[in-house]
Amino acid sequence: MKTMTLHVFDGLLLLSIVALAWASLATTDVRRSVILFMAFGLVLAVAWGRLLAPDVALAEAAIGAGLSGALLLAAVHRQPRPLSPVSSNDSRHQGPNGLSIVVRWAVTLLSAALAGTLAWALLHAFSSTPHNMLPQAISGNLAASGVSNPVTAVLLNFRAYDTLLELAVLLTAVLGIFSLGQATPGYQPAGPVFDGLVHWLVPVLILMAGYLLWVGAHAPGGAFQAGAALAAAGVVLRLAGRSRIGLPDGSALRIVMAAGVGVFLLVGLSLLLLGRPFLGYPPAWAGALILLIETAAMLSIAATLLLAFLGGQPESTGVKAAAKQQREEISL
Amino acid sequence: MINILSSILILAGVFFYLAGSIGLLRLPDLYSRLHALTKADNLGLGLLIAGLALHSQDLFTVLKLLLIWLAVLAASATSAHLIARQARRQETDS
Amino acid sequence: MPELLSITALGLVFALLLGLLRVLHGPGAGDRMLAIQLIGTAGVGMLLLLSVLLDQPALIDVALLLALLAGVTATAFTGQQKTDHD
Repeated sequence: MKTMTLHVFDGLLLLSIVALAWASLATTDVRRSVILFMAFGLVLAVAWGRLLAPDVALAEAAIGAGLSGALLLAAVHRQPRPLSPVSSNDSRHQGPNGLSIVVRWAVTLLSAALAGTLAWALLHAFSSTPHNMLPQAISGNLAASGVSNPVTAVLLNFRAYDTLLELAVLLTAVLGIFSLGQATPGYQPAGPVFDGLVHWLVPVLILMAGYLLWVGAHAPGGAFQAGAALAAAGVVLRLAGRSRIGLPDGSALRIVMAAGVGVFLLVGLSLLLLGRPFLGYPPAWAGALILLIETAAMLSIAATLLLAFLGGQPESTGVKAAAKQQREEISL
Repeated sequence: MINILSSILILAGVFFYLAGSIGLLRLPDLYSRLHALTKADNLGLGLLIAGLALHSQDLFTVLKLLLIWLAVLAASATSAHLIARQARRQETDS
Repeated sequence: MPELLSITALGLVFALLLGLLRVLHGPGAGDRMLAIQLIGTAGVGMLLLLSVLLDQPALIDVALLLALLAGVTATAFTGQQKTDHD
């Protein structure tokens, strides 16, 4: 009885996911499609939980349901209203020209190739005999990894090099954000109701981030989820029209941005100097080293996601701030 | 005994959830839907959490469940206010 | 008990589907945002039920994070942006 009900549950959840994805892509109104995408992220987080993947569910809840929704809505709001899907007076929309037809066909073929590859991989996985070499390898080495959560062990110990490269990708992304120039102008100061929400929501989110970072060693959690929760706290402060949203000023911000990659590299190189392989933690120190790296990574990830929401350099670090400082010095 | 009480609470919770959703579909305009949904949903979640809390293993879990309910309560109250205010603003603009 | 919990989860999915109808139909952005609140709360309920059904206490943490971020989505929707000449 329970399994049958769960199957119906799964089917309906699947139906909602597909319906939301389709609707989000099919609408012509950009705002509507962003809202549908947010709903999609919410239902997807539940689906990850159903698939017994709490770490991914945590990340999806923080980023897919919370942060990316706010980011897309902020971007949509900045577009001039009203948004008309087809404007008949616009000289660019004179029917599909040759280049756009080529682009459309290229995208269609690429998407079809991707879908075909995924379908083949899925069929291959279903038809081959199940084996558990990978889970056995992980559980066999878990005791020496310094943590008891297998996901954290894989991310921060067995495949730490991959995580280092991922953090480097995030650093590159934030450099790209910085190259966009000054951050967008902020938000109007919040009314008393929203302010009341901010007063308790931000401290609780910060506590939640610390909890996720700490618990990641033995239960689902970790640096990425904690960083996303911390970034959400900054986004809430920004939406409430505050000028101080938790980002440090000037060069301290750059240190925080680089902290994830930096600490990772420092640990790895120090281990090299001590005669061990790069990022080969001694089992006695592994837990402490992983916590150190995860703390730095959490701060970097939070800064990166918050800067992505800002859309550029914050007012205290950018060109305008330097110019303002120069003017003040001249007038003195 | 605990099982019976917990089952009653959980079923009552789901009943209020469904009532709120039906209200969302059937009521005529945004403001009445806000009323129905915010109140029914939060009550449903509270009953559900009360029913699940009776089954929890330790105090920390119960505290987490309580925190979830309080967070949803405060967040939906604020959201309802903001959504209603935004709709009012758009009405007076157009 | 597990049968009751799974039936409850099914009930919540139905509530979610009803909310989907509203989020797809509109007719205003406020209605869609309201339906997002329903989907969020139903999602929290579903995760809590799944944490007992599938014996995964970590899903309670996911539900907590989702509940905390439910407020952020509505505020992102209604935030008034400053104009450029500030």
